[in-house]
Amino acid sequence: MSKRVPLEGSFAAAEAARMADVDVIAAYPITPQSHIIERLADFVANGELNAAYIPVESEHSAMSACWGASGAGARTFTATASQGFFLMHEVLYFVAGMRLPVVMTVANRAVGPPTNIWGDHSDAMSARDTGWIQIFAANNQEIFDFVLSCFRFCEDPRVLLPAMVHLDGFTLSHVVEPVILPEQEEVNRFLPKYQHPYVYDTDKPMSYGIVMSPDTYAEVKKAQDITLRESKEVILQAWKEFGDIFGRYYSPIEGYRSQGAKTLLMSTGALSETAKVAIDRKRDRGEDVGLLTLHLWRPFPFQELYEALKDAETLIVFDRSISLGGPGGPIISEVKSALFDRRRDIKFAGLVGALCGRNPSVEQFEEIIDRGREIAEKGSSEVLETIGIRG
Amino acid sequence: MESEVIKFGKNLVAKDEFLSSGHRACQGCGSALLIRLALKALGKDTIVCVPAGCWSGVGSMYPETAWEVPWMQTLFENSSAVASGIESAFRILMEKGRIPEKHVNFLALAGDGATNDIGVAALSGVLERGHDIVYICMDNEAYMNTGIQRSSATPYGAATTTSPAGKVVPGQTTWKKDMPAIVAAHEIPYVATACPSYPFDLMNKVRKAAEAKGPGYVHVLSPCPTGWRFPPQLTVEIGRLAVETGFFPLYEVEDGRYKLNVDRPTLKPVLDYLKPQGRFRHLSEKQIDKIQARVNRKYAELKAKVTAQAA
Repeated sequence: MSKRVPLEGSFAAAEAARMADVDVIAAYPITPQSHIIERLADFVANGELNAAYIPVESEHSAMSACWGASGAGARTFTATASQGFFLMHEVLYFVAGMRLPVVMTVANRAVGPPTNIWGDHSDAMSARDTGWIQIFAANNQEIFDFVLSCFRFCEDPRVLLPAMVHLDGFTLSHVVEPVILPEQEEVNRFLPKYQHPYVYDTDKPMSYGIVMSPDTYAEVKKAQDITLRESKEVILQAWKEFGDIFGRYYSPIEGYRSQGAKTLLMSTGALSETAKVAIDRKRDRGEDVGLLTLHLWRPFPFQELYEALKDAETLIVFDRSISLGGPGGPIISEVKSALFDRRRDIKFAGLVGALCGRNPSVEQFEEIIDRGREIAEKGSSEVLETIGIRG
Repeated sequence: MESEVIKFGKNLVAKDEFLSSGHRACQGCGSALLIRLALKALGKDTIVCVPAGCWSGVGSMYPETAWEVPWMQTLFENSSAVASGIESAFRILMEKGRIPEKHVNFLALAGDGATNDIGVAALSGVLERGHDIVYICMDNEAYMNTGIQRSSATPYGAATTTSPAGKVVPGQTTWKKDMPAIVAAHEIPYVATACPSYPFDLMNKVRKAAEAKGPGYVHVLSPCPTGWRFPPQLTVEIGRLAVETGFFPLYEVEDGRYKLNVDRPTLKPVLDYLKPQGRFRHLSEKQIDKIQARVNRKYAELKAKVTAQAA
């Protein structure tokens, strides 16, 4: 029997790694820290998890040790946030390019300066092109479910790519919510043992990460891109099977009262939960609005986006990070670009807000929708529209 | 440990080669020689992590590889950290019965820039955590692969492309960072210096580093004809002169005990070592005296450590 327990977001991530029976954890307590690694260290210290726990001296080494461990055939997990995530940036490309299914949680934080510890999606967006599968969780149940399911599809021989599960710093990482934990037997049914086909084996010596000249490099990168795109089908299959076993079904873009709605708000992460209440209020007042929560950021869910917008006339995208000097927020930019050839009829509005933990209230989400509709109708003189920001 | 030590004699050294011929190292490359010897000492069951450096392009270029053991290219600063991940994975997977039990050597093989400069934090972390790996620093005293730029291992006075011998500044202005001493301060089981000019000494030290329970570190002076500006046929001789002048003494620190492996009654003057090398050609007599004084002092300090423990 599964059980419903109160769990902090960080603990939900740690529980998923424990139930996945990870072999190696390498991590560094970068500030701001979450409790994910502390919890896993407890599990190892108490014999509740038989894993090699490597308390490295930096985030760069955390991801480097994960690389070695995953390549040697160990199921590998780590967690990070903000500045620490930036320090491991160089290694992220190698772990993806070496086709190593490392799973990592990122407790999303704003980045300095100004020095801060609060949440937004600026750190996540910096890793857009690293080649990792990237998923945003909106609540603690999703943290558990996404971390667990990541091991399944990342380790699939058709994929062999790493994944990061983004969870909002503080809003999820330090908040307790009810989470349904499955039985170990159910987890075992869902998650086979990890077997990388090209582990470091002294009986079958191979060279890894070899130097390539211009006549082959591009083909490797193209193959990597195709693999990442095609991983979406494997992710969908895994989530279908996850639903069949655990009773919770996930999709790359989750709709909330979005069927047939003419105006849609798109949001990512925990703030979608607040936005849902704003949508309810507006629906109660007879307004024709719905919500789309973007879960799968990489590979980008083009087909699901087209389907979700089938009946929509207006799309308001709320970004939790700022693309300095660029065309607004990263998500509106990508969504617009994805729709350019298909849906010239859609009216767009992009709004940037909720930076550094200045999380909108329900009322402010209602304002976001109102202001978004206004921009979509009348246009805007600003390239970058912000909400709730002075100046 | 003694029983495993390689005795002098051609029949006692493995004929196996794990670095195949045909790689692209320069003629007279000291590191090609040291890798060949080190892999002979370690044997087939060795996994090698090599960061960015000469051996990125020299040992492999798709679709070819000179490495006949599992080998990977790591980032500049993380070969030790990657090796620590591999070691941890093998340990836990053996414990869980997922892979068969056997002794495997995990070798991080990095240049002086990767060791002394950009990778020093990662290396320190691996040493402090006590991972059972072998770390070999191939010290050719500059960033040779990128075009002979100075590192913190470049000796005082040497001309490199970023510490040029100019009219005002005569080459490198700082003293070589004493990396083996920094490593020894971590109190790991085994630290040694070596040079491919002393092949049996080098192989014995690599094997001792592998047999140590915990990290073993061998700092190898790797003469570089291209970067040091000497004719390639002099590699072995230059290495010998470095040792015989006391410029690069061969010693080991085994469980904290210092031992000099080559200790001549009198040291040759450092000029014998400096003179054949183009990188030192601009040095004034005053600078050479300064170097001689430094070598004398450092050598005396080392001998004092050896004697103190013998007493």
